[in-house]
Amino acid sequence: MIRIRNLESGYGKLRVLKGISIHVNTGEIVAIIGGNGAGKTTLLYTIANLVKPFSGTITVLGTDSTGLSPEKTVALGCSLVPEGRQLFPTMTVRENLILGSYPLMKKREKRRLPEEMERIYSLFPRLKERENQLAGTLSGGEQQMLAIGRALMSDPQFIMMDEPSMGLAPIIARDIFNKIEDLRNHGRTILLVEQNARAALRIADRGYVMETGNLIIEGSSEELMDNPDVGRAYLGKDFKRISE
Amino acid sequence: MIYERENETRSREDMEQLQIERLQTTMHRVYRNVAFYRHSFDSCGVNIERIKSINDLAFLPFTTREDLLKSYPYDMFAVPLRDIVRIHSTSGTTGKPIIVGYTRNDINIWTSLVTRVLAAAGITNHDFIQIAFKYNLFTGGFGFHYGAEKIGASVIPASTEDVEKQITIMKDYKTTVLVSTPGYALHIAVVLKELNIHPEELFLRTGLFGAEPWSENLRTQIEESLHIKAYDNYGLTEIIGPGVAFECEKQCGLHINEDHFIPEIIDPETLETLPEGERGELVFTTITKQGFPLIRYRTGDISSIVSEPCQCGRTLARMERVSGRTDDMIIVEGINVFPSQIEEVLLRIEGIEPHYQITLDRKEGVDTMEIMVEVEEEFFSDETKILENLRERIEREISSHLGIGAEITLVEPKKISRSTGGKLKHVIDRRDVLSK
Repeated sequence: MIRIRNLESGYGKLRVLKGISIHVNTGEIVAIIGGNGAGKTTLLYTIANLVKPFSGTITVLGTDSTGLSPEKTVALGCSLVPEGRQLFPTMTVRENLILGSYPLMKKREKRRLPEEMERIYSLFPRLKERENQLAGTLSGGEQQMLAIGRALMSDPQFIMMDEPSMGLAPIIARDIFNKIEDLRNHGRTILLVEQNARAALRIADRGYVMETGNLIIEGSSEELMDNPDVGRAYLGKDFKRISE
Repeated sequence: MIYERENETRSREDMEQLQIERLQTTMHRVYRNVAFYRHSFDSCGVNIERIKSINDLAFLPFTTREDLLKSYPYDMFAVPLRDIVRIHSTSGTTGKPIIVGYTRNDINIWTSLVTRVLAAAGITNHDFIQIAFKYNLFTGGFGFHYGAEKIGASVIPASTEDVEKQITIMKDYKTTVLVSTPGYALHIAVVLKELNIHPEELFLRTGLFGAEPWSENLRTQIEESLHIKAYDNYGLTEIIGPGVAFECEKQCGLHINEDHFIPEIIDPETLETLPEGERGELVFTTITKQGFPLIRYRTGDISSIVSEPCQCGRTLARMERVSGRTDDMIIVEGINVFPSQIEEVLLRIEGIEPHYQITLDRKEGVDTMEIMVEVEEEFFSDETKILENLRERIEREISSHLGIGAEITLVEPKKISRSTGGKLKHVIDRRDVLSK
């Protein structure tokens, strides 16, 4: 589904990604975990072509998407749920969703809009209830659902999620993670970036650990959970032992 | 049966993607955690971020046996020792062996790789597997044991019980699979004959043999005398133990578990990478090991590699069965011995000239090692008891230092024949192990 080779990227002279190689198979949830400033968001932005890579290749669904425009990347079936939701707070839930249907409009398939809206509403019934409410008045969890819903409006095969649990109460975060698993069970492929490593690995099939622009560990979720290095750095495993 | 279909039948493209991802993470970990690699890469001017494809391995320095010996005991470990759950070592009970460590994840991977080896030979949970490898620092016993348990077979850790006991177990416990060195299998066959037990009285149907090189001749001999199908497998302690490469039912080369070990063939003289199909020294880079990762480890084994998919459905590249060594290492009953180790033992004993000759032979399936040693003239003028004591002492020392028995013959100085250059041939191998 997605194959990335030796991706280097950054901002101006700042080299953030120093040669990243990852792959995501169809129907998988893959987690990228790592601390602040490791380059996780830059990786997603580069795959979405919001940031231009310095070098390396990105192949999405068999097509070389390196250096395409963001719109064309979305049209390939590759969609991003950004960190902090990035909604339009003074627009309604419905309007926010319609904004996500831009690729449909471009393909002159406006008539498919109601159908797509229904699809999103059936996944997130809460959004239907709040259809005409302003996005800014939603709770954190609802806003995250809306952000995911908006990304789904273009009917993407591949969805990237940047810190979907950020700022959410644990119980709400669990809800969101359940929804992400649902999406995978409905055939979507997901690349998940999370600081909440434990929660991410719980739903992911595989994962990569990123540190200062490099990947230093890869493996199945079980392998990463059992990896003492990952435990110490990201799961807080030793904390208990020290305090005892 | 293909045990891990996804991992054993990947397209070449997918395999390369996986290999490069794993190679890159391994490079970062060894650079951070192993001083040897940090120095070695820095001094060769290698920037690890420049490793962008499998072919770039050619820019990396090699790791040799000597490097590992120098790192004794733990200098090559890439994780804190508290994360190590198992330690094995190469042979040599004293002196300096190579110590290898496994994390829990390394053990899990090792287990699954051995499971692939067993499944490829048709082993299932219905089998009784008799493991006649030593259960000790040597990786053979424990390596096969865990894999066999994972496949669900009934494992009989017969280990180093004497041969008659092995045969009794085989007969009474209804063993279906024998795991041992090929030499030992032949030994069992010989003793069976002596005991007048027909192979059909046994339940044995499959044998997995490794830990020493063997020939097609020997395979035929074992298969005919035990009425089994015999499979070859390859592994070495430094890389992981058994589970590096294995034969499938097609028996046309040994499938390398490439998703964990990247193989290369190099010219042992020029150190250039050789193209596919050419024979040279086998080199491995481990790409998933945590405890003891190795970059471009020179095995000293001679082989060649083809990557064309096999008729069995596996796409894992295949290595030709090992056809020799680049160095003077000899393998006796599955134990690796360097003549230099024997020399070291001899030099510590007074009255011995550092001139010796090792003769290897195989009698009734059992490897024998005879060492002819030159001793100072004066010993021969004294009473024979002193000579006999010296002989016994050497035997004892060899056995306790190298873990193998040897028959010692003491001779007068200059008695061992030199070649025309005055050079002494240290090893004469009369076992027909490598003839095709």
